[in-house]
Amino acid sequence: MSRNGPLALIFHTLFVVFMVAPIVVVCWVAFTPDGFLSIPLTNFSLRWFRALANYPEFVHAFGVSLWLGALSSCIALLFAVPAALAISRYRFRGRDALSALFLSPLMIPHVVLGIAFLRFFTSVGIGGTFVALVIAHVVVVFPFALRLTLASATGMDRSVEMAAISLGADGWTMFRRVTLPAILPGIVSGWMLAFIQSFDDLTMTVFLATPGTETLPVRMFLYIQDNIDPLVTSVSASVIAITMTVLILLDRIYGLDRVLTAKGGDAGR
Amino acid sequence: MSAVISADPPSAGEARAGLTLALPALMLFTGVVVIPLAMTVMLSFHDWGQYKGIEPVFILKNWREIVEDPYYAEMFWRTFRVAALATLITAVFGVPEAYILNRMQGPWKGLFLLVIIGPLLISVVARTLGWALLFGGNNGLANKLLMTSGLIDSPVKFMFTETGMVVALAHAMMPFMVLAVWTALQRLDPQIENAALSLGAGSLTVMRRIVLPQIMPGVLSGAIIVFSLSASAFATPAIIGGRRLKVAATLAYDEFLNTLNWPLGAAVAVLLLIALILIVVGSNTLIERRYQEMFR
Repeated sequence: MSRNGPLALIFHTLFVVFMVAPIVVVCWVAFTPDGFLSIPLTNFSLRWFRALANYPEFVHAFGVSLWLGALSSCIALLFAVPAALAISRYRFRGRDALSALFLSPLMIPHVVLGIAFLRFFTSVGIGGTFVALVIAHVVVVFPFALRLTLASATGMDRSVEMAAISLGADGWTMFRRVTLPAILPGIVSGWMLAFIQSFDDLTMTVFLATPGTETLPVRMFLYIQDNIDPLVTSVSASVIAITMTVLILLDRIYGLDRVLTAKGGDAGR
Repeated sequence: MSAVISADPPSAGEARAGLTLALPALMLFTGVVVIPLAMTVMLSFHDWGQYKGIEPVFILKNWREIVEDPYYAEMFWRTFRVAALATLITAVFGVPEAYILNRMQGPWKGLFLLVIIGPLLISVVARTLGWALLFGGNNGLANKLLMTSGLIDSPVKFMFTETGMVVALAHAMMPFMVLAVWTALQRLDPQIENAALSLGAGSLTVMRRIVLPQIMPGVLSGAIIVFSLSASAFATPAIIGGRRLKVAATLAYDEFLNTLNWPLGAAVAVLLLIALILIVVGSNTLIERRYQEMFR
């Protein structure tokens, strides 16, 4: 395999600069000591991070986002694990249609989903509640939970399960002691990816959130609509730091390219 | 996997077990995806008035308004134009980058892959805010850099323009293109490249005749993903485009949360969904047909 030439490396450097520039700028401006947007060169200050404590709406929205992400990812997995087992190991009519349906939230624009959910939840009388948000997020993160679980369920060696059965284990014991541990890496990564997706979702959530149930991205978006000041950069910098931590963990546990390319989805077909 | 590979028809017991396991998820999706979508389609045929609110009748008023008022044609045209340009940019820069990335050695490869596809998972509001900061005003950082490097003479207006939208969207969608091409490159046999080189082909010829044709399906599937996500993007057009420069997603949002004309908003959203399905399914069919002929 040949190496990259100098021209290729220059292109690569410019490309990487383009990719990280907006993220670096946000984090940089967040450390400004000034009362306005500026790029600090000599003094850096944490004043805008400290200022966050005085804005309970951001702190509250952060709490909502954390709860929503954790809860909806767990619930999505409760549905996704059996569905992944069904798709990966049983043949039945309509299986392809089923997996297409389960992956459909990836294809349907989130703005359309947001509108559909808003319409639906308002007419069943739970519009604007946290429960409605959780249900909507379960659906939106479901494909991610399903895909990673599917990938590990498909790759699993089933003779171990046969061995457990022949040694007298019942179905539930086999699932708990053999199947579950084997697909656990997929479940954990699926949970993390689902959590990030829920934590970051703006387009769908912006239709459903009301002042009490605003998530952090929604709060940030509405804030930016009015004015851009250093406060929102320090919020963004904090969000970026959290996401990066999860991202690096995911990469260590599972490999980021495997998480993001749809290998599991193909293997199930 | 043994159960999946065997060639005999599925037994009744197997089908039952499979369906039972998938049943909870199937019920969830029927209840909160299929039904709400059907309700949204219905909603687009309802009537609405400033004082009477939504009236559950079946009329074509909203659809007629979208077809007849040139404002909507212009808005949809802008939506698809911006999406197409963003797609073009991701292809022009993403494809060579994926190729370069794939030729990197050991730890660098993993590190830069993380750097390039990592932004995918970082809050889109934070990323767009970054672009708003870079673009801001005539003496924004982006303009300063472009002018010192001599690429432009006078400042480009990025904020509240389609140019800014395209750049920020291309940035947001770039990881999808790099990933799609990267996946295609993984399947490439490096021996074919080496064979071409040893037979005297220059590196450009290898690129054009050997590499590109093989990764083309990856590029095209990446382009479809980028296009459909860009055409339905919300955060970037809303923040960079401002309140005037509307695209389909931001217009639907306005109708729902500001004007409160839900039926019209629903019609815009349904039309966007239909247009995207047609474009995606259409181009998938075209691509499949083309590549079937090629590999025959």
